[in-house]
Amino acid sequence: MEALARFCVRLVQLAAVLLTTISLQAAEIKVEPGADGSEQLIEALIMAQPGDTVSIAAGRFELTDGLSLDVDDVTVSGAGADATILSFRNQQGSGEGLLVTSDRVVLQDFAVEDPKGDGVKSKGSDQITFRNLRVEWTNGPDEKNGAYGVYPVSSKNVLIEGVTVRGASDAGIYVGQSENIIVRNSRAEYNVAGIEIENSFRADVHGNVATHNTGGILIFDLPNLPVQGGHDIRVFDNEVVDNDTPNFAPEGNIVGIVPKGMGIMVMANRNVHVFNNRLSGNGTTHVLIAAYPNEYEDENYMFVPRGVYIHDNEYGEGGSAPEGEVGRLISDISGVPVPDIVWDGVTRIPEYLSWVAAEDRIYIDEAEGTTFVNLKMISQTILPWSVSPDKDISAHKGSLPEPEPVTLPQESGA
Amino acid sequence: MLGALLFQFLPAHAVSITAILGDKPPRHLSEFGFFEDARTQKPAEGVVPFAINTPLFSDHALKFRFVHVPEGKAVVYNPDEAFEFPVGSALVKTFAFPADLRSPDKDVRLIETRVLLRHEDGWHAWAYLWNEEQTEAVLKIAGARVPVELTGHDGKPLTIDYAVPNKNQCKGCHSFSGEIVPLGPKARNLNGEFSYEGGPENQLSHWIAAGILKGVPKPEEVPAVPDWQDENAPLDARARAWLDVNCAHCHRREGPASNSGLFLTWHEDDPVALGMGKRPVAAGRGSGGRKFDIKPGDPDGSILLYRVESVEPGIMMPELGRSQHNPEAVELLREWIAGMR
Repeated sequence: MEALARFCVRLVQLAAVLLTTISLQAAEIKVEPGADGSEQLIEALIMAQPGDTVSIAAGRFELTDGLSLDVDDVTVSGAGADATILSFRNQQGSGEGLLVTSDRVVLQDFAVEDPKGDGVKSKGSDQITFRNLRVEWTNGPDEKNGAYGVYPVSSKNVLIEGVTVRGASDAGIYVGQSENIIVRNSRAEYNVAGIEIENSFRADVHGNVATHNTGGILIFDLPNLPVQGGHDIRVFDNEVVDNDTPNFAPEGNIVGIVPKGMGIMVMANRNVHVFNNRLSGNGTTHVLIAAYPNEYEDENYMFVPRGVYIHDNEYGEGGSAPEGEVGRLISDISGVPVPDIVWDGVTRIPEYLSWVAAEDRIYIDEAEGTTFVNLKMISQTILPWSVSPDKDISAHKGSLPEPEPVTLPQESGA
Repeated sequence: MLGALLFQFLPAHAVSITAILGDKPPRHLSEFGFFEDARTQKPAEGVVPFAINTPLFSDHALKFRFVHVPEGKAVVYNPDEAFEFPVGSALVKTFAFPADLRSPDKDVRLIETRVLLRHEDGWHAWAYLWNEEQTEAVLKIAGARVPVELTGHDGKPLTIDYAVPNKNQCKGCHSFSGEIVPLGPKARNLNGEFSYEGGPENQLSHWIAAGILKGVPKPEEVPAVPDWQDENAPLDARARAWLDVNCAHCHRREGPASNSGLFLTWHEDDPVALGMGKRPVAAGRGSGGRKFDIKPGDPDGSILLYRVESVEPGIMMPELGRSQHNPEAVELLREWIAGMR
């Protein structure tokens, strides 16, 4: 009994020592809702010191300007994605709700509602974590909604997990011009694009649900940008189902081309692996592999996808209601229902006249009965003479070596 | 203690290096000693007023700019970027509104004074908000919205919800590869005349004579941008000068909007990077249904013009520092784009 008491005392002492150590290194800045809650929050994010945690209590914060964080090693933590709500309904300035420009930052457990531009953005951050956030335009799909929900750009070591985004007029979860990326266990619904990885290197997109978007998951590469040549991307174990929201992107944006009912679309990337996903209820097609369709001026840009490996996915009903210009273009050639996997077949002319190197080809290895079409387009236009599409899936037998799983320093247990 | 003691022996209206270089910014603007008479923006000794050829549009605010360089030190000239300022330098800018925009010298109300302080570890930016009595300005970290009522250029009443930026918003524009930098004091924008107390003089010559600027090449080698409103200057130069100052602090390869691929600096010569035939990447509803940043010959098909015309957050450009229309600039850009082939 005495021994137990002594042990308890020691335990308390130990705990006290631990607590002191922690509080010396890092302060907790508490922010409460109320009349000056928003100003408290703005100030806390500006005055935070490296190591600090800004804790935002449950409640509603009405912001009239964008928030920003420019201090390294800060955690911004709410009381839950349905409890701590940062509302930007009355926002008067800034291009996003919250902007992070520093390194080793964790954003977790809060919601950003109705920002006038993008939701939560990081620019040029290294080791940025978005965890259990909700970004939502509460009025539902509307072309007046902001473009991106969760939006790391020009960033490195990006972790997005447990995030929910609804209503983005471009992409719910959008990672652009970044490298070393994990997007997992997140939910994107009622956006134009659910999840989009654009002009980025080394990304693992897995365990997510993309549903009721115009298109579920997009892996894109675009010209005329400081970072391009997206490559080494794995898209696996995702549920990409019932993407059935009409495209509401404002015209001029590249996602405007995405037809309602697109499952996974790979455009102009290199070494993309799509496997173990469940696709169902995508009315245009489940998987589209395509070249960049617009004219451009950029000699460093590769407009056709290079090295794509599609395998072991599960395909449910789909392709029965192709939509929009792209949907029509496909179904005019393929017929309805559109096959599960569509490749536009675009090949650069020198390769069309000779051959495509093994590592640059399209490989498909799916269960018996999976349907496929090669539309046999060349250089962004359909051939002037009539070419019949090629539905022979076995012509694409083979595989590509899979990229190593992405590992992130913020997860290495340091 | 010693600092406080020394302070007592300094002459009145002298700039306080202690205030400039302190770990924390002083609470009151007056503690810097930048002004002999702050109300009329009369600078103290060692504080030089300046202007730039083409300024940033800030909701019609008047701007009074000053530079302080520590005794015995000098700014280093750079042909393209902001000059390199020695530690202890300060750039001071007061934003003010006249009661009537048609009489900019009358009944001027000071709103805020922003300071950029050059420390050993780089620049630090702070904003001071003027009180109602116009006797003092107080440090404002979280920014503020100040309602300003005045008479507009058209003689009609105008209400401006003027935004004093918070510390991070300062960096929203004053950022070069992630570091805070000054924007205005570049050779091409300082290379013009200023009406000093002793008469008009070229600003760079004045700085050289005052011993605060070194390394300047022959006058004919110093670049200059025109005043964007100078109708005698070439249209292209006026438009590019306007874009350089109003957009290129972000829209450049080292700036906060580097990811857009739209680069609008004075020296940019890649037509696609300048927006011609360039499709947007992350414009969202900022595209306004248009397909190209600039569609040569078609201002109303150009996203750039749509965003400069807009005053809606999420669409308007620049994103910060503006809530009002700038019709003269829109006209200039319209004419510029319409004339492109």
